[in-house]
Formats: sequence, C-alpha cells, structure tokens
Amino acid sequence: MSAKVPVRAERRENPAARKVLGTVAGALAASLLAVCLPGRSWAQENQGSIKISFVSFLSGPASGPFGVPARNGAEVIVKALNQGALAAPYKTKGIAGRKIQWKFFDEAGGPQQQVAQYRQLVEREHSDVIIGYISSGDCKALAPVAEELKTLTVYFDCGSPTIFEDVDVNPHYVFRTGPHAMMDEAALARYTVGVDPNVKTLAGIDQNYDWGQESWKLFLAAMEQLKPGIQVTASQFPKLLSGQYGADISTLLTGRPDAIYTSFWGGDLEAFILQGNARNLFNGRRLLLSAGEPAMYRLATQIPDGTVICARGPHGVFAPDSKLNRQFRKVYHSAYGSWPTYPSYKIAQAILGVKTAYENAAKAKAGAAPNTEEVIRALANSKWVGPSGPVELALANGHQAIQANAIGQFKYDRAKGRPEIVDIKRYAARCVNPPPGVKSIDWVHSGFKGAQCD
Amino acid sequence: MAAAALRRDFTPVILTAALVLLLAGSAVVPAYLRFLFELALANGLAVMGLMLLMRAGLVSFGQGLYYCLGGYTAGIAGSFLGISDVFALLALGAAVAAVVGLLCGLLIARYREIFFAMLTLAFTMVLYGLLINNERLGSTDGFNVPAPHFLGWAPEGERLGLTLFVVTCVLVYVVALGLHRYLGSAMGYLGEAIRENELRVEYLGASVRRLLLVKYVLAAVLAGLGGVLTGLAVGHVDPDLANWTTSGEFLFMALLGGIENVAAPLLGALVLELVRSYALEYAPYLWQMTLGATMLVIILFLPGGLWSLARMRKGADLTPEL
Repeated sequence: MSAKVPVRAERRENPAARKVLGTVAGALAASLLAVCLPGRSWAQENQGSIKISFVSFLSGPASGPFGVPARNGAEVIVKALNQGALAAPYKTKGIAGRKIQWKFFDEAGGPQQQVAQYRQLVEREHSDVIIGYISSGDCKALAPVAEELKTLTVYFDCGSPTIFEDVDVNPHYVFRTGPHAMMDEAALARYTVGVDPNVKTLAGIDQNYDWGQESWKLFLAAMEQLKPGIQVTASQFPKLLSGQYGADISTLLTGRPDAIYTSFWGGDLEAFILQGNARNLFNGRRLLLSAGEPAMYRLATQIPDGTVICARGPHGVFAPDSKLNRQFRKVYHSAYGSWPTYPSYKIAQAILGVKTAYENAAKAKAGAAPNTEEVIRALANSKWVGPSGPVELALANGHQAIQANAIGQFKYDRAKGRPEIVDIKRYAARCVNPPPGVKSIDWVHSGFKGAQCD
Repeated sequence: MAAAALRRDFTPVILTAALVLLLAGSAVVPAYLRFLFELALANGLAVMGLMLLMRAGLVSFGQGLYYCLGGYTAGIAGSFLGISDVFALLALGAAVAAVVGLLCGLLIARYREIFFAMLTLAFTMVLYGLLINNERLGSTDGFNVPAPHFLGWAPEGERLGLTLFVVTCVLVYVVALGLHRYLGSAMGYLGEAIRENELRVEYLGASVRRLLLVKYVLAAVLAGLGGVLTGLAVGHVDPDLANWTTSGEFLFMALLGGIENVAAPLLGALVLELVRSYALEYAPYLWQMTLGATMLVIILFLPGGLWSLARMRKGADLTPEL
C-alpha cells in the first residue's frame, strides 16, 4: 500500500482533471449522437402504411417451442396480406388498403427490459400497433404502460387469467386475442372425465413458476368439480428447466395415479417423457399434456399413444378445415419445413383481428384512415375468423377473446411414420370460458355456473 | 500537496454539471430516453455499492439480493400496506436492505475471494427461491407496483414520469457526493488498504472486520435504494431482480465503467443501457452477442473501464490504477 499511494498522488496531479471532464463530455456527446441515429429501417417503407411491431421470444428456452413459430406465423400472414394473396375473407391488400410495415423484437430479458423496449416501440419506432408477448409476467408489467402510452397493444399468447381479472381490470388500449389458461384447463378436465369416467386418482408435475403453478391450480379445481372426491397422489413442482426428473418420477410412481397431468413444454417436456418412458411411468396411465401440441412432431416416437394433447385452442392439427387454414399450413410448411403450431396460429389470428377492426373502422369513415380510438372501438367486442376458426372478444369489456376448444389423443401412425390426433372432441367457446365479469377461479368453484355446453 | 489535490478534485463539479444536464435534458429528450436514463441511474446506485466492495478487493455476486429487497419492499408496501409515498418507500427500502445486510454481513464479511463471492451468490439465490415459490407475490411473474405519491401529491402519466426522474436524479446526485466524500476519507482509503494488505491495516489499529461490515451494509443500502427506484419506474417487480443474472449485470456495469471514481459506475450503467437499447433494435437476434463483444473489448483494451480513458495520454498504461 505504502508503495502505491505516492504513485497515485502523482497521477492525480497530472493533467487528468481536464481529461476527466473531456471524457464525460465525450461520453455525453457519444450518447447524444447515438440518440440521433436513425432507427433500423422498417420493412416495406412507404408513406401511409401501418407500422406493426411484433415481440416474442427470439432467444432463450421459450424461443424454440413458442417464439420462433410465432415469428414465422406472423411473417407468413404479413407477407401474404401485403401481396393481397391471402384467402377469403382477407383478400384485400395490407390493412384497409395500407401496406403493413413490420419489425420483430426479442421478448427476452424480463419485464424491466421489456418495459424499456416497449416505450421505445411507441416513442422511437412510432408503432401503430404492438402485437406480442408470451410471458404473463411481461403482459402484467406492460398493461399499465400501454394504457399510459395510449397505444393499441394486442397480446397474442400470454395465458394468465389474472391480466384482465386483477391487473388491468378496465382495459382500453390492451386486448388479448388468445383465450386464457382457464379455457385450456376446463376443456382438458372435461375431456379427461369424458374418456376416463372412472378416474379416481391424479398426479401433477409442473414447473415451479407462475404458469406451472396456475395451470395446475385451475386444472385441479376443474377436476374436483367434475369428479368430486378425486384424490391427488402427488403434485410435484420441479425447477424450471431442470431437465432431471428422477426423484419426481419415483414419487409419481409410488402414488400409482390413474392419470398424470403436466403443463411442461420445450426441453423439460422432452426430458420428462424420455425419462418417464424409461421407467414405465406411463404404462396403463393416462398422460395429460396441457401445452403438448408444439412438441408432438419432435417427440412423435416418444409420446405414448393415448396421451391427451391440448393446443391451447383449436390450433394446429385441431384447426377446422378451411381455405385459409390450408393456405396457412402450406405456405408455412414450404417456407420453414415444419408445420405451424399453436403460437403460429395465435399470432395469425391476432393480426387478422387487427386487420378486421381497422377495415371496419375505415368503412365507418367511408374509407378514411381511422385513428387508434376508432380502431379500438371497432375491435372491442368484435368477431372474426382466423385460420383456427371463429374468435370472439367477449370478456373484459370486449377485450379478452374466447374461442371454441378442441382436445384429442395422440397416436403415432407407424405405417406413415407420422403422428396424428384421434378422438377429437370440440367444446363450444361458452362451455369452457367463464361468462363476462366472473373471475376464472370463482367460476370453477361455482361449478361452472353459466356454462353453455352441448 | 493536500491543498493541491483538493483544488484538483473535479468530481463534485462533474456530478453537478451532469445533474444540471440531466434535469435540463429531461425537458427536451423523448420520454423513452428519459426512462432509460432513469433505469441506468437506479442501477447505478447498486453498482456504486458494488464499487465500494470492489475497491476493498471483494467481488459480490449478490447485489441483486438487496436490489430485489428494495423493489419488493416498495411493491409490498404499495400494494398491500397502502404506503405509496416515494420518500417513505425509499426509507423503508433502505431500512430493510440495511437490516438484512447487517445480518448477512456479520457472516459474509469474514470471508474473502471466491468464498465471499459464493456466499453472496448463495444468499441472493435463497431469496430468489423463496420468491418463486410464493404464489401470493405472483411467483415468477411478480406483481405490479402502484404509482407512487410525492408528499401527498399524486401526479399521473407524463408528469409522474418526470417527477420520478427528478427525484431519481437528485437522490443519485446526493448519494454520489456523499460517497465521494466517504471514498476520500480515511475510512474510504482503508478499503484499498485492506485489498493490498489486511494485516498491515490491523497493525495500523483499524478493525478490518468492522470496516468491511460497514462497506457491505452501505452497499446493501445503495442497492436497496436502486431497487425501490427501479420498482417504481418499471411499475413491476419480479424475482429476476434477485437472480444471479441481475447481480452479474451489475458486475458488467462496474467493469464497463470502472471503479476509480464515484461517477464511473454511473457511466457504466448508462452505457450498458444505451448499448442494449440499440442492440435490441438493430440486432434483435444478436443483441446478447453485442453485449458480450462489448464486454470483451473492454476487458482486452480498457481493463480499468471507460473511466480509465480519462487518464489516457501518450505512453500511459490503462490497467486499473487501484
């Protein structure tokens, strides 16, 4: 220390001070310069176009199963719309005659980073519409910011029912064009009781984070209503992305449940199925996958036949046949070499909902470009048809979508070497979604009061 | 020589000039940029705490613990206890961080090097684990923090953002001035002395344990304040604030800016926010790599951080001076 201090004192006396000031000035100048840089140029730059910013996971564990299929789905739809090549009823070019300028952004980094990025999408990018968000945490954090910045924001995927039930109870600028998790769990519970009326015991294994905890809570509550007295032999919550389920599988085996429920996705789902197969966990037991559809091609030879597969709506293989759906699948497959899964369908239906609202608003103004408020008025409580069938914004003052749901069983066709879904059952939108103004969990506990099932 | 050194201490001038620039700039720059600066300043508080420890030769991977405690204190007080005055929240966040910092510090301040780093990491991951298991606090999704009041005044929208920015700037300014004086005091210099040779410090008659405990608690309080401000600015807190990645990011900021001056961590936090913001826009598929490349360049060419550029002159070496 004694050797160091004089050295430092000498340096202090050098002409450093002025240089410090110079550095600070330089850094400030550099940051100001950075601020003045023009933004990344928008695709399809031209006057009078509509700017849509898309946000989904382009990196991290959720990008492979969810973020990238969503990005691809958006690309297919936007390109077809700009060429005027999409099937009826979306034959008109672009949106209300205006071209779509679009950019994609990464959802990684957590709510803090996403709030900063969202502000840039509004103020630096001047987005007309922001479509995106897979993580419920991001959706919760962004809802008040969107209301503050008065920008039309469409959540296409995030599943937590709490977003409009607790966080943004009086939404104006925020919409969600995908149904929330209640629908998945209500339909899955109905399907399970339908195919296995004698189910007596149940086990759950879910990732220890909000989605896993909430999915299990809703599914279990629905099962307790439909099958009073059902016993839970185990409810495991391994760490998110842990990939090792030896101990959990032992616990599940010990309880000998009739059915095993999981909301796993991505690499965790893959690891769980591989490890469960190796230990005969699924022999003679029903496996229920509440978000299993994106994995069904990749894990085709591993998923046991008879596994119940849910696609968080009538997406992917569950989508009803239509010209729009056939075109969507064909273009997607030829562009990316894989079939579109539910995130692709969900983002497609978000874009088409926005297009419909813009065009209805423009029609009301005799073709003049509508402003955000007019589009919002047209979008609220609206109905349209996406590649997976009709969508209706029926909850949360017409800001939250409901949709029919479809569930089926996995079957691997060995002759053709590809997976298929059999025994598909469809559920009307008002059968598996709560009525307006009722919180999801209260609706389940009330015995699905007001459900309109066939 | 002391008088000469005093005359040449430009840090307060720089800080004041930066404060004036920021406050004047807030009237003209777009709101998203003001928000970036606000986040950077709030993070900068946590990084200043880290700087205190690093000057004493201790690398903490656990600043996120107190940052998260600050954020959750603001969130819980606002959402569940109905306390939403900014100054009350700041005091509460600092107090919670100080108490937890003191308790953990009693154990942690006895360790050095990798043991210190791992213990700080362990404590922050304990909090992370507790939070992701707590459904009432929103588990991994966290929960929203209500808009704060300012001594009974409750602005909204644009005015709220601006007021919060001014409060953040002034608080960071006051803290930075205080910390600068602390670093120039005997206690401050003893930090570097501890890093060089603990035994000699003990022989000088100072208690190394007590010095480090004070620095550790100070660092905790600074991170707690940063967490409160971040929670209020973002309007949302989630367990990721306590995840090791957050603490790692603070280290990144400290390395980027340097630890030679109290303003260096603030510079590091600001530059990181700006680089990230533009990387997200220009390279949405490669933004993490852009950050990594920045880190690499700094370590290779400016191991003392950006602040060491201030010493750049012909033939000067840019290795850390401390």
